Amino acid sequence: MGHFASFADFLQMGKHGLYVWLSYGIGLFVILYNILSVYWDRRQFFKQAKRRLKRESKSI
Amino acid sequence: MKIKFPRWFYRLASPRWFYDITSKLLPWFTIIAFLLIVIGTIWGLVFAPADYQQGNSFRIIYIHVPTAILAQSCYMLMAVAGAVGLIWKIKIAHIIAKSCAPIGASMAVLALVTGAIWGKPTWGAWWVWDARLTSMLVLFFLYVGVIALTSAYEHVASGDKAAAVLALVGVVNIPIIKYSVEWWNTLHQGATFKITEKPAMPPDMWIPLLIMIIGFYCFFAVILMSRARTEVLRRENRSDWVKSLVERY
Amino acid sequence: MNFFLAALRRDLLLTFRRRNDIINPLAFFLMVGILFPLGVSPEASFLSQLAPGVIWVAALLASLLSVDGIFRSDFDDGSLEHMLVSPQPLLLLVLAKVTNHWLISGFCLALVSPILALMLFLPSEGIKPLIFSLLLGTPTLSLIGAIGAALTVGLRKGGILISLLVLPLYIPVLIFGASSVQAGSIGLPIQGYLALLAAMLALSLVLAPFAIVAALKISVRS
Repeated sequence: MGHFASFADFLQMGKHGLYVWLSYGIGLFVILYNILSVYWDRRQFFKQAKRRLKRESKSI
Repeated sequence: MKIKFPRWFYRLASPRWFYDITSKLLPWFTIIAFLLIVIGTIWGLVFAPADYQQGNSFRIIYIHVPTAILAQSCYMLMAVAGAVGLIWKIKIAHIIAKSCAPIGASMAVLALVTGAIWGKPTWGAWWVWDARLTSMLVLFFLYVGVIALTSAYEHVASGDKAAAVLALVGVVNIPIIKYSVEWWNTLHQGATFKITEKPAMPPDMWIPLLIMIIGFYCFFAVILMSRARTEVLRRENRSDWVKSLVERY
Repeated sequence: MNFFLAALRRDLLLTFRRRNDIINPLAFFLMVGILFPLGVSPEASFLSQLAPGVIWVAALLASLLSVDGIFRSDFDDGSLEHMLVSPQPLLLLVLAKVTNHWLISGFCLALVSPILALMLFLPSEGIKPLIFSLLLGTPTLSLIGAIGAALTVGLRKGGILISLLVLPLYIPVLIFGASSVQAGSIGLPIQGYLALLAAMLALSLVLAPFAIVAALKISVRS
């Protein structure tokens, strides 16, 4: 498999498994956070806008 | 000074046009970003050879360098967009500038954290006052300042303009900060071991890096457009097209 | 030029009526300097190594402490609004206010700094570089700080925000200022550092007033 002899080797990354996997884990976390924050933001906008539209249509 | 721009430039300034065009662009950018990042990660983690000095820890380069580059160019984009907004009073430019800040800040954090993690096997310490790490830290604080200033203003348009002025001041200062920190670093540490300057990387090392850089740029474009779209909706919430969008949601 | 002097005179008069504005930064400067021996170690050899950086950081913070007040009182009583619509050249007016701030912060700090230098056992060769670097560096701090003050003057919680906006931009001045004192105290030439500090001053003198004026206009209209 590529540069590594076995999957266990791949996980171990020589002596540097901890550092490599920690970096990639945090990288994944930041990417996911960016995606989710967009999603949450959009959903929050639509919820609020919907509520406001309802309120306004009632008051008219 | 009156410059005449082609018509598309003014159309670009219209929030609704921006919303429509980005809804066509977004899927493509999302697919490309996803493919490039997946390919780059697998290539970098599995197939790239280990570094003769640093062993496998050098594989952190495939996150560290793209995010560091992105954090810097995101600040440039934010300042340019802010300047465009200030000079030509284009709403969409301010929206883009505002959407840049949190993305850039998160990229700066990622570059800092991966740099620190990389520093542990390379220098033997989690934090080293390396010139690049130090200026990245300063860049992060510049982002935090812009975000804090924008949100401190209650009046949205004033917050936009203030943030644009601050971003421009920051952009003038960034090269000065960078050079002064580099100079300070050489004064205090002598010749340090630089992580990314290798005499010549074999293609198997730098091609995945290039793929990751382009992939992260596409990812940045996706998040930036999406953030800007929500901001457009929020600011245009009185207009009919947004109202009909909300009703259909 | 006459207008600049008149504006400066007005600001100085106003400052001298409230003497606290002059005494506070100086007291703060000395206090921060005194905290270090108490917090770290009173040993002379150790302190003399620390002294250039500590004195410069203390001066920087003292200048930052008072920068919030540059436009505050004029904004609160509404005279800033009048100044912005008046036909007088705004750049000069802003420069006068910055000069006023520098005179009560940076200039006085440079004059008092030898006291702190003695208390922190800075070698006597370092005292002249200290005064010169403070004289050349603190005007840049005032100019940059004024940008932050102008951006936040209209906000209720502006005070804390300024330090966040301005401190990163202070870094180059701190680096070259403190390095010049370090170099001077071990007998190395300091002209290069002073030239760099002067270059930064020239650059900020040319660019910062525009940013300050733009920021003031935003703050006043919001």
